[in-house]
Amino acid sequence: MAHPLENLIALAGNPNCGKTTLFNAITGARRHVGNYPGITVEKKEGYCHVNGRQIQLVDLPGTYSLTAYSPEELVARNYLIQDRPSAVINIVDSSNLERNLYLTVQLLELGIPVLIALNMVDMAAARGLEINSEELGRRLRLPVIPTVARTGRGKEELLEAAAQLLQKGAVWEPLYISYGPDIDPVLDKMESLIRSVGFLTDSHPARWTALKYLEADEEVIRKGKEKDATLSGKLEELAEQVSQHLQKTLDSYPEAIIADHRYGFISALLKQGVVKQSHKADRLYLSDQLDRVLTNRFFGPVLMMLIIYAVYKFTFTYSKVPVGWLEAGFSELGRLADSSLPPGPFKSLIVSGVIDGVGGVLGFVPLILFMFFAIAFLEDTGYLARVAYMLDRVFRTFGLHGSSVIAYIISGVIAGGCAVPGMIAASTLRSSRERIATLITAPFMNCGAKLPVFAMLIAAFFPAKEAQVMFLLTLLSWAAALLIAKLIRSTILRGPSTPFLLELPPYRLPTFKGLLIHTWERAWQYIRKAGTIILAISIIFWALMSFPGLPETERKIYDEERASILADAPQRVKEPLLDAGASAANPAGDPGSQARLQEVDNEEAQAALKNSIAGRIGSGLTLISSVTGFDWRTNVALLSGIAAKEIIISTMGTAYSLGRTRRGEKIPLSARLAADLSWTPLKAFSLIIFIMLYAPCFATVTCIIRESTWKWGLFSMAFNTLTAFIISALVYRGGLWLGLG
Amino acid sequence: MAIVLLRKMAKGQKGTIHRVTASGEIGRRIRDMGLVPGTPFQVQGRAPLKDPVAIRLRNFTLTLRNSESDFIEAEVEEV
Repeated sequence: MAHPLENLIALAGNPNCGKTTLFNAITGARRHVGNYPGITVEKKEGYCHVNGRQIQLVDLPGTYSLTAYSPEELVARNYLIQDRPSAVINIVDSSNLERNLYLTVQLLELGIPVLIALNMVDMAAARGLEINSEELGRRLRLPVIPTVARTGRGKEELLEAAAQLLQKGAVWEPLYISYGPDIDPVLDKMESLIRSVGFLTDSHPARWTALKYLEADEEVIRKGKEKDATLSGKLEELAEQVSQHLQKTLDSYPEAIIADHRYGFISALLKQGVVKQSHKADRLYLSDQLDRVLTNRFFGPVLMMLIIYAVYKFTFTYSKVPVGWLEAGFSELGRLADSSLPPGPFKSLIVSGVIDGVGGVLGFVPLILFMFFAIAFLEDTGYLARVAYMLDRVFRTFGLHGSSVIAYIISGVIAGGCAVPGMIAASTLRSSRERIATLITAPFMNCGAKLPVFAMLIAAFFPAKEAQVMFLLTLLSWAAALLIAKLIRSTILRGPSTPFLLELPPYRLPTFKGLLIHTWERAWQYIRKAGTIILAISIIFWALMSFPGLPETERKIYDEERASILADAPQRVKEPLLDAGASAANPAGDPGSQARLQEVDNEEAQAALKNSIAGRIGSGLTLISSVTGFDWRTNVALLSGIAAKEIIISTMGTAYSLGRTRRGEKIPLSARLAADLSWTPLKAFSLIIFIMLYAPCFATVTCIIRESTWKWGLFSMAFNTLTAFIISALVYRGGLWLGLG
Repeated sequence: MAIVLLRKMAKGQKGTIHRVTASGEIGRRIRDMGLVPGTPFQVQGRAPLKDPVAIRLRNFTLTLRNSESDFIEAEVEEV
C-alpha cells in the first residue's frame, strides 16, 4: 500500500543523548521549528537527500520512556501511532547504554521499524567502554550504526542504512518479550481478546494495547473506553485481577514487574560480547570531579552566583553596541517617516504606533540573542541541571520546582532578563500547577525593559545610591516572586509537587554551531512575536493615546500662539521657520523663537494626551491611584507600559510636555521629576514597586497564554496588577505614616 | 546484608536496589530512570541544602528528592 509519508523518519531518544545535534548535522539549514498542535512542545522538522531520495525527518521531543505522564512523552508516542513514520532513528548514548535502551525496548514493543544510532562512541571509548555494534544489531535484528553527532561521524552510514530500510519497505513488527509467569498468561489472553474483535488494532498493535492496560495507561484506557466500553471494561478487570494477585504475593505492581523484565531483557542483551569495560568501572571521571566543586556545599552556591553574574556581564557588555545600532536605526527610520510623510493621523500611526512600538521591542533583539546564547551555553554544558539540583530545595519550599529556576533566571533573577524567553523556558516544567505558578510569578523579576524606567527614577530621587537601590530592588523582586508563588500554590493552585528525578548529564563542551542554532531558534520566536502581536497592540495603544485628539477650539488657541511667536520673530529667521513647517526644529533658525515654538508643541501634545482615551482613563483612575500616590500622568504612563515597560518613560515625557523623548534619553525627564515638588522619594519608590509587580507586558502575556490557557493570561494581568497595587499602597501609606513623605 | 531506605544512606555508600515501593507516576518515573530491583548504585552526594540526593547508577547520575528516595529500599553491606 502506498503511503503518503513513506519517506518519513522520526528521531527518538533520551534527553541529552545528542539527538538535536544529530538532527542539526543531518538537516543543516533545511529545517523548520514549530509546535505540535495545541501544546507547547517544540516540533522540529527537516529533510535530507540520500541516493536521490528525499527523506523527511521529525525530531521528537527527548524522552526516557513512552508512558503518558508528560506532554513530551505523549507527543512522541502519539506521533508514532498516528502519523506512522516509516521508521525511527533511535539515538542511544553509548556511555549510558542500559537506560537508553529502555526507550528502544518500548519502541520495539510498539513495533515500529527502528535503526539505532549508537551515539557518542568516542565518549564511551574514553571511558573504556567498547561496544560491539554488529553483535548488538544482530541480537536486536536491526541496524546499529556507531555515530559521533558532534563531528558528523557515522552520519552517512546511518542515512544509507535508513534509505535501505525504506527501500525494503520495512513493516511494523512488535517485539515479544517475556514479562514473567504472572504477566505472560494474562497478556496472551488479553491479546487474543483484542484480536478477536479488532479492538484499536487499526492503529495499535494488539499486544501493545494489552500491555498498556496492564500498565494502567490512562490515555490508552480512555481511547479504549470510547471505542468499545464493554471490552475495555473486561480488559481493565483482567488487569485488576493480576494487580491484586501481584500485590498479595509479591507486594508489587504489574507496571513494576513489566519494567523489571524490560531491564532484564536489556541486561541479557548486553551480556557476553556486546559491551566490554576495560577501565575500572568506578573511576572518577572529569565530569564527576567538576561536580565535586561545582555542586559542593560551599563552593557550589558561590560559583553559581559568579556564573549567573558572568552571564549578565557578558550579555550587557556585548549587546550594548548592537542595541545602540538598532535604536539609532529605528530613530533614523522614525525621522525619515517624520520628514517624508504628510502630517496627520497616518504619519502619527506610522511614527508613534508602528516604528516606535515595534522598534522598542526589536531593539531588545541583540540583548536577547546574547542572553540566549549564554543560557544555551549553560544548558548545553549541563550546568543548568546542576542549578536546578542545587536550588530545588529552596524553590520547593515556595511550591515551585527546581526547573522553575531557569525561567526565573532568564526573566531576570539578576536585573536585566526578559520574561518572554523566561516563559518559553517554563514549558519544560511538567506539572501544570508548578508551571502556572512559575508563569505568573517569573514576570515579577526585573527584566531589561523595567531597568531604564528604574534607572530614570533612581537617578531623579536616589542619586549616588544607584547600586544600593538596584540591589535592594533585585532582592525585593525575588522575595515578591517567591512569596506570591507560595501564596498561589497554597490557594488557587494547591496540590502536591511533581516528582523531581533529574538526570545530571556529564559536562560537555557544546559546539559553537549548535549553540548558534539553539540561540537563533529561541530568538526567532521573540522576533516573530514583535512582528505580529506586538504590532497589533502598538497600534491599539497608539489609537488609545491619540484619539479623540483636541477639540477644534483648543487646537486653534495653540495655532494662534504659534502664529504670534512667528510674527514676533525677527524677519531673517521667519522664512526658514515657515519653510520647515511650524513645528519642525530648524538649526538655522532663531533659537529663542524656536524654543518657544517647541514649548507650544509640547504643551499641545500634553493637552492632547490628557484628552485622549488613555488620558481620560488615567484621570479616572486617580480616584483609586491616589492611594498609591499616582497622578493622571503616571497612570497613563503605566497604562502604556502594559504594551512594553520601557514605553513608560516616553509616555511620561509626553505627559510632562517634554516633547518626544527618545527611549533611553532619561536625563530631561529625570531632572523634571526631581524638580517637581509633588514628587517625593517615597512616591518614586512606590511607583518603582508598582512597575516591578504589575501586569506583565503583552509579549509576556501572549507567551503565558501559549504555555497555559488564555484564562491564565488574563489572570496574570489582573492578579499581578492587584498585587502591585496592594504592595505599593502599603509602601506609600506606610511611608507616609512613618513620616517619610 | 541489611535493608535501608535510600534517604538514610551516607555519601559514598554503595548499595543495590531492593524494592521500589511507589506506584503511579512517581513509581513509573523511578523505574523509567533504571531504578529496578538488583541495580547497583552509589550515593554520590547531596545538594548544598542536603536535598535532593545524587546517586550514580548504570553509568549516569540521577538526582531525586529525599521524599522520593523514601520509596527506595536498598540492600547494603552491614557496617
